[in-house]
Amino acid sequence: MTTDHAVDIDKHVRIYISVFVTLMVLTIVTVAISRFHLPIHLAVTVALIVAVIKGSLVACYFMHLISEKKLIYWVLGLTVAFFVVLLALPVLTHSDGFWIRY
Amino acid sequence: MDIPYTVEARPDTGLTNGKIGIWLFLASEVMLFGALFASYILIRTGAQTWPRGDTILNVPLATFNTIVLITSSVTMVMAWASLMRNRFGTFRIYMGATVLLGGVFLVVKYFEYSHKFETGLFPSKNNFLAIYFTLTGLHMLHVIGGMAVNAYFLFPGSKLWKTNPQWFTNRVENSGLFWHFVDLVWIFLFPTLYLL
Amino acid sequence: MSQAGAVAPGKAHGAHEAHHELGFWRSYVFSTDHKVIGIQYAVTGLLFLLFGFSLMMLMRWNLAYPGAALPMLGRILGDSRMPGGTMLPEFYNELGAMHGTIMVFLGVVPLAVGGFGNFVLPLQIGAPDMAFPKLNMLSYWSFFLGGVTMLLSFLVPGGGAQSGWTSYTPLSDIAGMGQTVWLFGMVFLITSSLLGAVNFITTTIQIRAKGLTFMRFPFFVWAQFVTAFLLLLAFPPLEAAAFMQLMDRLAGTSFFLPSGLVVSGQALTNAGGGNPLLWQHLFWFLAHPEVYVLILPAMGIVAEIIANNTRKPLFGYRSMVGSLVFLGFMSFIVWAHHMFMTGMGTAMATFFQTTTMIISIPSVVILTSLIISLWGGSIRYNTPMLFAVAFLPMFGIGGLTGLPLGLNAADIPLHDTYYVIAHFHYVVAPGTIFALFAGVYYWFPKATGRKMSEKLGVIHFIGSFICMNVVFMPMFLIGLAGVSRRLFDGGQGYAFAQPVLHLNVISSWGAWIMALFQIPFIFNFFWSIRHGEKVGDNPWEATTLEWAAPSPPPHGNFVVVPEAHRGPYEYSVPGAAKDFVPQYEV
Repeated sequence: MTTDHAVDIDKHVRIYISVFVTLMVLTIVTVAISRFHLPIHLAVTVALIVAVIKGSLVACYFMHLISEKKLIYWVLGLTVAFFVVLLALPVLTHSDGFWIRY
Repeated sequence: MDIPYTVEARPDTGLTNGKIGIWLFLASEVMLFGALFASYILIRTGAQTWPRGDTILNVPLATFNTIVLITSSVTMVMAWASLMRNRFGTFRIYMGATVLLGGVFLVVKYFEYSHKFETGLFPSKNNFLAIYFTLTGLHMLHVIGGMAVNAYFLFPGSKLWKTNPQWFTNRVENSGLFWHFVDLVWIFLFPTLYLL
Repeated sequence: MSQAGAVAPGKAHGAHEAHHELGFWRSYVFSTDHKVIGIQYAVTGLLFLLFGFSLMMLMRWNLAYPGAALPMLGRILGDSRMPGGTMLPEFYNELGAMHGTIMVFLGVVPLAVGGFGNFVLPLQIGAPDMAFPKLNMLSYWSFFLGGVTMLLSFLVPGGGAQSGWTSYTPLSDIAGMGQTVWLFGMVFLITSSLLGAVNFITTTIQIRAKGLTFMRFPFFVWAQFVTAFLLLLAFPPLEAAAFMQLMDRLAGTSFFLPSGLVVSGQALTNAGGGNPLLWQHLFWFLAHPEVYVLILPAMGIVAEIIANNTRKPLFGYRSMVGSLVFLGFMSFIVWAHHMFMTGMGTAMATFFQTTTMIISIPSVVILTSLIISLWGGSIRYNTPMLFAVAFLPMFGIGGLTGLPLGLNAADIPLHDTYYVIAHFHYVVAPGTIFALFAGVYYWFPKATGRKMSEKLGVIHFIGSFICMNVVFMPMFLIGLAGVSRRLFDGGQGYAFAQPVLHLNVISSWGAWIMALFQIPFIFNFFWSIRHGEKVGDNPWEATTLEWAAPSPPPHGNFVVVPEAHRGPYEYSVPGAAKDFVPQYEV
């Protein structure tokens, strides 16, 4: 099993290196942009976009998600859905006419 | 007795038990950190004022730590790739580097925390610091856990390579997934706490 | 072959297994065999159920006779809890918080999921064990540690947790040391559930026998499978919340402490700026799926027993499975119906009210399918079937009474009253716990090679059924009259409560008499291990794979690894020689 994957691995290693370089660049980028002290909504959006790109690279290539099996995609899809619910609903509940301010 | 599909993938799912197991565990970890991020959002949006990260926290140090962790992710995947290429010696080097870089991360965090405490910045001081210490603290516990598992595969656990190299490779891959996840969390933590 | 009549259930070793003999500790205490672990969970869970039940019986004294001295037991409990034998309100609160915690997290879930799930699931899918046997053992011991921690919390200064099983902030933030111990206990328990969930899901997908496709699973397997997902994804936010409350209590943070909080006339000196409702969101994000964790395995057990004892396939298997999956998904987006009265606006209240109404649909589909499954059946009324059939109307009452609570407007007068207590107890007590009793009687022969006594079983059933209704039915009336829950004197101090206070006495006597009817069960359980009627592999003439294994199954479960050749409920197949064709029959 290990030998017939050797060629594949070489290709993978090249990808790992390029992902590494991209991640370094994006790290510098996100820190540099933060120095501009953008208005908060813009700052959050930009930071989130960069973080999602970086995270996706780690997930897709280091964690091999890009070539994973369907079952894993289903589990993660479900998880992401509930993650979004957990992040969104409490703050939505509190911004909807809440009359108690803590 | 032998549990099937521990080493060989099950044909219809294409997966080994360990691979499914670790992804399920990571799914639960997504929800764990998700709850803390949700708390951050609720507390911050409900606060009258909220300090910008770089006014309280050390951005250069954390940027360095980000680079350290990302590099450790690369060495981790290279450790697994070495096993796939049947190079056990190279595996030890990369795995050792991964553990070492994890240690560097922890040392930096030690300096960060102790400097905060020296200047009176405790979690009890305000909610920014509270969520900062809680999020990075929990993340740090995961770094320590990951390092422990990696150290196990570097030293006592590596015996398995001689008797069942495929099983050992799978286990290293799975612990690598955990390590990448720890890096992934930091990729989101860093801008959230330090840059916004 | 199997060794029937072994000393302890499920621990016989197959004589043909050519592996070294494990010592006592590795065979019976730190075993990685799912059957041993299942029995450990089940027995520990049953003991905690008994303990939690006892806590409630104490509570019911002060509810029936507020301020009266409890004879004998009152003096034993000491002056810090019952000075002169009369109950302090703080003690009532301690009893209440620990009763809820213990019943939910140390009793029902360990028995339903840890016990039945661990013992039955691998057998029912034709597996030799769980995918991760060592992890399984770790799960049990994590649970055990959590249980010990919870018990120890009674002994710390100030007593155990007293802020409800819900531990609402800011009260729980400033409560005594027992609350901190509760939080650590929860961390152990949550860890146990998470590890167990990983095991159940992986095992169900990967280790099932040849020919056992998903749509050939017994309904019990589907129920445990969905339950495992609920545990996996819903528990972590509560773990995060527990960490945050520990930070508030131990590190002085203010996650849940608002600014300007005054306690007993003294302003708190913490930083403030926290949000008490953050705790509620995180708690209920878990606790709502948790109630489905409480009911789903029960539905699974009832489904198996009904199919078996009607000698008919389950009605609407596919709809039931679809409902299970839909229910599991919906359970994550209804939680704030527990928070209708916290000041939320109408848009979000409408959202949660709508999702709550929608989630009642799959529940009703499952219940209705189970009821229709009885139609035209050749019904055998053995003890498991008595409990399983009784589950149906009891869960029906519990479910229906949940509807007004899920409607924002109707919840206004009912919120936090005894109506709520009656609603959820109907679902969990004559609902889930009856199903669990049914499961014990049903699978006892598989675990031990002997049946429990039918006579004692019937006594247990009739007494429990009557008493459950005597205890909980009056509570609907008490709640409708407006009496709040968690009042240590049962509402005695309120004028509007006076007309219904006598009902407290009825409930209390129902509870105390119900305790007496558990004695035949406890005796039956232990006596039958050695003296019950000996049975073979398939005493109930059932169709699912666990009945292919010897009773009790050896290490590795099957002498011949079974293969599934058909669906799980091939009863009364036209033209077949017997009135059942097992899944594993060639």
